[in-house]
Amino acid sequence: MGIETEYGISVPGHPNVNAMTASSQIVNAYANDMAGTRPSRARWDYDEETPLRDARGFDMTRADADLGQLTDADLGLANAVLTNGARLYVDHAHPEYSSPEVLSPMDAVLYDRAGELVMARAAELASAVPGAQPIRLYKNNTDNKGASYGTHENYLMSRSTLFTDIVVGLIPFFVTRQVITGAGRVGIGQDGRQDGFQLSQRADYFEVEVGLETTLKRPIINTRDEPHADPLHHRRLHVIVGDANMSETATYLKMGMTALVLALIESGISLSDLTLQAPVAEIHRVSHDPTLQHKVELADGRTMTALEVQRNYADRASAFVADRLGTDADAQTVDVLTRWHQMLDSLERDPLECADELDWVAKLQLLDGYRRRDGLDWSHARLHLVDLQYADVQPEKGLARRLERLGKLKRLTDDHHARAAITDPPANTRAWFRGECLRRYPESIAAASWDSVVFDVAGRTSLQRVPTLDPTRGTQAHVSALLDSCPTADDLLDALAGPQLASN
Amino acid sequence: MAGGQEHAHQSSEQGEQDQTDAVVASDVAERKEKLDADVDAILDEIDEVLEENAAEFVSSFVQKGGE
Repeated sequence: MGIETEYGISVPGHPNVNAMTASSQIVNAYANDMAGTRPSRARWDYDEETPLRDARGFDMTRADADLGQLTDADLGLANAVLTNGARLYVDHAHPEYSSPEVLSPMDAVLYDRAGELVMARAAELASAVPGAQPIRLYKNNTDNKGASYGTHENYLMSRSTLFTDIVVGLIPFFVTRQVITGAGRVGIGQDGRQDGFQLSQRADYFEVEVGLETTLKRPIINTRDEPHADPLHHRRLHVIVGDANMSETATYLKMGMTALVLALIESGISLSDLTLQAPVAEIHRVSHDPTLQHKVELADGRTMTALEVQRNYADRASAFVADRLGTDADAQTVDVLTRWHQMLDSLERDPLECADELDWVAKLQLLDGYRRRDGLDWSHARLHLVDLQYADVQPEKGLARRLERLGKLKRLTDDHHARAAITDPPANTRAWFRGECLRRYPESIAAASWDSVVFDVAGRTSLQRVPTLDPTRGTQAHVSALLDSCPTADDLLDALAGPQLASN
Repeated sequence: MAGGQEHAHQSSEQGEQDQTDAVVASDVAERKEKLDADVDAILDEIDEVLEENAAEFVSSFVQKGGE
C-alpha cells in the first residue's frame, strides 16, 4: 500500500503565481539539497505507465482523454526519486509526494509523515533562495473556490478478484468512511459558495460512481489499471476519494479499515446487501451532516446512518479475522479493528470525544470555539483561515501540528522514526532496492520508477534496465547482502547478469 | 458542539425527579463550561500563530485543479 499526496501551493499575496513553476522550485530545491556532493541525474522511467488502461477491460484513446489523464508523458517537469524510495515531483500544478510501497498501515502513516517533513523542508529551501518569495504548502484538497486536488491511496490486490466485486463492496464503505476519515471543510459546494461545515474536503467533487477520470467527473471508484507490477497476478487499486489527513490516527484507520474491507472482498464475502440507492447523492449528504444523523437509503429499501453502515463493515471484518486468523491475527490487524469499533462507539455517543483523533472533529472544535467566543458565523474569513491553516506544513504555523505539540491531537509516530523515514526506505518491499541503489550509486542511476531501476554505467554502451516487477521482492532481506558485496553499480550489474556475462 | 444550558434552575417546590434532573443539568452545564474553558485555552494558543488579515490570506489562496 502507499499514499500519494498533492499539496496545495501558494505564495502569500500573489494569487496569480504560476503554480507549475512554483511547484518545480519546491521539487528542485529539495533535490539539489539532497544531492550534496554526489548528485544523481535520475529521471522517472515512464515506460511502463498506462494511465488510460481501464480496469473494466478497455483502453481510453489518447484523443478522448483529458490532458490531466496523460500522466505518462515526460513533460520535463521537476522529478526526483528519493533514497527512501519515494517520488517527489510536479503533478501539473501541484508538488506531489508519492510514498514508497509499505506493507502496513503504520508504515503508511510513517512514510506519509516523512513526506510532509520533506515538503516542509523543500518549502524552507525554496523560500531561502535569494530573491525568492516564500512558498507555502498545504496538505489539503481544495481552495474552496472550485479547485480540488487529491490524496490517493494505493492497495495491492490479486488480479483474480473481480472488479465488479470491488465496486459493489467498496462504494458503501467509501460513501460512509468519511465519518472517521473526513478532514473537515468550511464551505459547501464545489466553489464553497454555501456557508457551513462539512465532514469531507473532497466529497462535493465526486460526481459519478465508477470511472477513469481523476480531474473532472470524479468517480467514487477509479478504474485506472496501471499495476506497476505483473498484470497477470496483481492489481493496484487506485483510490482517489479520500481526504488528506493531518491526524495520524485518521490516516492509520483510513489505510487499515480499507485494507480489511478489501480482504473481505478478496475472500469472496458478499457485501451487496449494503448497496446504496444513490451513492453520489449520499456521499454529499453524509458529508453535509456533521451531526451524523442522516440516514442513507439502501437499494433494498432499508435506511441506516453512516455510522451503522460502517458498523456493518467493522463487524464483518472482525468476524472474518476471527474466523480466518483467530489468535494468529497480527497485532496491527487487531489494533485497527479495536480502534475502528471504539471510534464508532465514541462517534455514536458524542463526536467531541474524538477531538484528539479525528481531523474533522478537531477542526470543528476549533471552529465552534471561535464562533462561540467571538460571535462569528460560518461566512467569516477567520473560520476559512482556520480550515486552511490547519493543513499548513510549516511546523510553527500549521494548526494540526500545533495541536499535536499541545497534546490535543494524538500522534502515533515519533520524531526519530519520522526523520529516519525521510532517507531510509521501508525494509520489506521493493522500495528498499530502489532507495538503496539511489543512495549507494547515485551517479550511476539514469532513471527509476516503481517497477524499474535504470543504470547508466561508464564503459557500457547502453542503459541497463533492472525490472522490479514484484512489489514484495527486492527487500532488505532479499538483496542487502548482494548490495553490500557490490561497491559499484558495475559490480551490481555483473552480479545480476550472472557469472557467464561478467564484463572483461 | 451544540449550545448547552448556561445555568441550572432549582426550585424547592419541585419534586425529587425534577431535583435530580436539575442536578444532572447542572453537572452537564459545569462540564460544558470546563470544556469551553479548555477550548478557549487552545484558541489562545492558535491565536498566536494564526495569519493576520484572514480575508486577504484566504482570498489569495487560489489553486489549479489536480487529480
